[in-house]
Parts: sequence; C-alpha cells; structure tokens
Amino acid sequence: MNATLLFVQALNGLQFGLILFLIAAGLTLVFGVMDFINLAHGVQYMVGAYLVAAFSAWTGSFGWALLLALPSALAFGLLLEVLVFRHLYDRDHLDQVLATFGVILFLNQGVKFVWGAAPLSVPVPDLLSGSVEIASGLLYPVYRLAIIAAGLVVAALLYVLVNHTRVGMLVRAGASNAAMVSALGVNIQRLFMIVFGFGAMLAGFAGAMVAPILSVEPGMGDNILILAFVVIVIGGIGSIRGAFLAALLIGLVDTVGRSFAPNLLRLVLDPAAASQTGRAIAPMLIYIFMAAVLFFRPSGLFPVKR
Amino acid sequence: MTEIAETPSAPMPSLSTRFEIVPIVLFAAFAAAPLLAAYSGAEGYVLSLLTRVMIFGIAAMALDLILGYGALVSFGHAAFLGLGGYAVGILASHGIEDALVQIPVALAASALFALVTGAISLRTKGVYFIMITLAFGQMLYFLATSLAAYGGDDGMTLSSRSLLAGTGVLKNDFTFYWVCLLCLLGAYAFSRSVVASRFGRVLRGTRENSIRMEAIGFQPFRFQLAAYVLSGMLAGLAGCLLANQAEFVSPAFMTWQRSGELIFMVVLGGLGSLHGAVIGAAAFLLLEEFLPEILHSLSFFLSEEARSHLAENWKMVFGPLLILIVLFVRGGIMGLLRRPHHG
Repeated sequence: MNATLLFVQALNGLQFGLILFLIAAGLTLVFGVMDFINLAHGVQYMVGAYLVAAFSAWTGSFGWALLLALPSALAFGLLLEVLVFRHLYDRDHLDQVLATFGVILFLNQGVKFVWGAAPLSVPVPDLLSGSVEIASGLLYPVYRLAIIAAGLVVAALLYVLVNHTRVGMLVRAGASNAAMVSALGVNIQRLFMIVFGFGAMLAGFAGAMVAPILSVEPGMGDNILILAFVVIVIGGIGSIRGAFLAALLIGLVDTVGRSFAPNLLRLVLDPAAASQTGRAIAPMLIYIFMAAVLFFRPSGLFPVKR
Repeated sequence: MTEIAETPSAPMPSLSTRFEIVPIVLFAAFAAAPLLAAYSGAEGYVLSLLTRVMIFGIAAMALDLILGYGALVSFGHAAFLGLGGYAVGILASHGIEDALVQIPVALAASALFALVTGAISLRTKGVYFIMITLAFGQMLYFLATSLAAYGGDDGMTLSSRSLLAGTGVLKNDFTFYWVCLLCLLGAYAFSRSVVASRFGRVLRGTRENSIRMEAIGFQPFRFQLAAYVLSGMLAGLAGCLLANQAEFVSPAFMTWQRSGELIFMVVLGGLGSLHGAVIGAAAFLLLEEFLPEILHSLSFFLSEEARSHLAENWKMVFGPLLILIVLFVRGGIMGLLRRPHHG
C-alpha cells in the first residue's frame, strides 16, 4: 500500500515538476539572456489560465481554447515587453523587481476587474476525462497523465530548439555574453523579444494546462512564481538543463515530502508530535533544500559558464 | 589601513548636513500630529494610521540600513516583522505579557535568524542573494501557517496590548503613539550613528567596491553580516509594535508581497538617507489608504457607478503608478527634495 502511494505521489510530483519547468524555462532564459528579473512571469501563467477559461467558455472546446490561448498569451507577453519591460533592461535589479511588482499588482486586480474575484473552473476535456488503471487496483486521472506527456514533449522540443537550431545557438550565446553577441552583428533587441515572447507563451501554456485541475483565480501565479525562482536558482540561472532537473527535483521533494514527512518523523517521534512537526516541515523542505544547494554551490547546480 | 577607513568620505557629510532640516520637519510633524488629530473629528483613525506609518517607517529604515548603505537587496525582510509579531503573540498566549520580556526575546530571535540566514545568504551575490533571502522569508511564512497551536493560517488575536513593566499604559492609544514615536526616534538615532561610524563607512565602501575593500584589508562579509543582523533586529522591533498596534498576528505579516512593499517604501523615499525610508513608508501607506478616495473625487466627470468601480479597483492605478515612479522618479522623494539645490 505504501509503495503504491509513493508511486502515485511520485507521478503527482513529476506532473507538478513539469508544470514548474514550463514556467521556469522562460524565466531562466529571460534571466540568463537579458539579466532581467521578471516578477511578472507568474501573472503570465495566471493570464494563460484565464485566457483558456474565457476561450473554453466561448468555444465550448478545450482544444480550441488552447489553440486560441497560446497566441494570445504570446501577444500579451510581447505587449508587456514593449510597454514596460523594454525600458528596464539597462536598469539595476532593484528597479526591475519594483516595476515588475507593479505589473503584478495591476494584473492581479485587472483579472478581478474583467472576470470577477470568484474562482473560475474549466471543465476537463471529454477526451481526457476519467481515469486509467496504471497498476492493479490503482486508478490515475488521464488528464494528469496528459499534462505529464505534454510537459515532456515541450521539454524535448525546447531541448532541440535550444541546442540544435540557429536561434537556440544565439540564445545560448546571449546567456553567456549578450554584449558580445550584439557586437557580432546580431539584432539583440529582436532576440530579446523572441526569448521574452516565447517565455511568456510557455508560462501561459503551463497556466492553460493546469486550468482544468486547479481553480483559476487572481493571485494564482504569485506562489508558483516563487517556486519557479527557487527552481532556476537551484538549476543555475540561464541553464535550461538545470531548470529541468531542478524543477523535477522540487516537484518531487515538495509532493513526496508533504505526504511522507509525517510518516518518516513517526519513526523518531510520537505520532501526535510527528504529524505536527511533519506538517510544519513539509512546506519548508524545498526552501531548506535551496539553501543547502546554494550553501555548497553558490551559483546553482549547472552554472552557465561566462 | 585604519587611516584610510577613518578619512571621512567627502560627499556624504555635506549631504547629511544640508538635509538635516528634512528629518527635523518629519519628526516634528509626527510629534504635532496627535495634537492636530484632536481637531480632525476622527482622532482614533488618524492616530492608528499614523502609528502604522511610524512602525513601517522603522521597518523600512531597517531595510535601508542594508539596502541603501550596503546594496544588499533583501527580499525577505517581512520575515523579521513576523518574527517580532509572533514573539509577542506566542509569549502572550503563554501568559508572558510584559513588553520588557517580549521585546528582548523578539530581538534575540530576529538576531539569531538574521545571523544564520545572513551567513548563508551572504555567500551568494546579486540576483542569488535576492532569491535566497526570498526563500528564507517564505520558509518562515510557511512555518507560521503550520503553527496550528498559534492560529495557523488564520493567525491569532491578542487578548490585549502588551504590559509595560506590569502596567497597562500601552492600552491607551495616545501613549502607544508616543511609545512608537520614541522607538522611531531611537531607531533613527541608532541607525544614524551606525552609518556615521567607521563601521558604516566600511559598509559604504563595500557597497561601492567590495574587492577594493578586501584589498585594503577588510573582510566585507563580517561587516555585511553585522549590518544584516542589526537590520533584522530593528525590523523585529517593528514587528513587536505592529502586533501590538493591530492586536493581531498572522502569517500575512510576512508574505513576500510585504517584503516587496518594504523595498518599494525604501526606494520611493530615496535610498541611503534613513529618513527617506520613513518618508517612503508614509507616502506608501497614505497612498494605499487614500488612493480609492482620491480616485473617486478625481473622476467627478464619470457616473456614480463608474466612480465607485474605479475606487474599488484602485490597485489598477497603484500598479502603473509604481512602474512610472520606478521609471521616472530616480532617487525617490529625497531625490526630488534634493534636486533644486543642484540646479
């Protein structure tokens, strides 16, 4: 019984980790290539979820909603880039933190303004509803498996894009030394826009994918943003590979830790104290993990060579 | 080596002498406010708002000590507000209600937390420092939400304000106001003397160029860590006062958004002047308090329904305002005050 529970929790952790990766991938590239802290990346995830909620209510189909939401998320990201972020690239980190904090305030209130404060729900698409038996007597929702599959496919596409295409090469070069890339005649402004729009779309995609299983509400991006930051800091800023591994680690540590910390503590403490301490420690685990990683490797697990 | 450190840096003293009028006016205004509040007709409201302003002024000043003078962008400073608040709340729930016990415990807890997390965080630089302080802040936030015995997510209501040496003088809003003002003045005098000391000059030197400071024989790490601990303790003191002001403690004291607001207060007021942080805190809290009403009266040309709708969504104005301030008001409010002298 315990083994199956562990398996289910590991799958949940994998699914959560892949969602984190979709958000962290854009964040780490923006961070690595432009040296730009974008706190507003979390609201792009929220906007993705809201867009899919709005489009699926309009078209009645999750597939169409997703197809419409992705270009809209892209366009929205580019709009933000032109209006706000572009003016912040040459500012220090402090200014970037504050201005993007302002964007968060605006958009969290903005979605309330447009869609109301009550959480929206998006129906799970018919094709992917229900559960499958993945082991004897063990049912797992198909939709969560679909999220895992989609996350893995996007991760593979991203790997090919970054490592085996010309744009990817420029992005990697930009992460190492943006000024040099610019000096070699690459239109760095356009590269920034591509990276930014792409990152926004990935975050929007993550939001769209989780919309059917979470409630879509204002502020939903705030906490996941912090987790995405933890991921990219552990992985090493600018490193896609680092973000992927760190996201899976964080997803697993968080999910498995929450369900097993009380059980593990029961070995050394009495049950009441164990469940109390376990509940207290579980949400702190990933931050302790991050502090430990940074203590031993101050630039993360896979620092980009400069 | 010591000679270099003790040579006063030229621009700073001249700036501080030129602008000492600003802190005097500021503190005089705080001292005069309770007398004027009596005429406003909403005395209790004005007093409690200004008490909050002063408390956040202490917290923002604490952050300015490391942010403005050490260029250490701590994105987890709200954690210390929470530590101070929970020290008061937890001790009170165990029957220890005297501020003379609660405050030293809060300061010790803040110092310890700052010492441990600072020692780890200061190993990292730049963006990593911002993120790791954020992570430690979140850690404490989640710890607070899981303290079921002390209210968990919902927080805990204090049965009353702390006692002071066994007496209930703090229960009077006027007395509490004056105590907060004394704390603010004390914190200001203390921070000012820290900044003016040799220690403060080394800290500023580290801000400008830590490699050079190392080359002339200082260990930046020690100075930064000491400043981080001092700053954490001051913010912890603000947390004690905040818990007493609200008579309530909750994890919401230490959300990361609160840490962001503290940074904004410091930047809004102007980095590295101490009193600028207090002005920033005042501007931020007053704007937050009155922006809905300001919007309501500015939009007189709209229909009544649209006006109340606008006032309700004041954050949609507040956010862009923040962005515009960052983009166009360099040096914050102190920078605006300073500009006429130059030109």
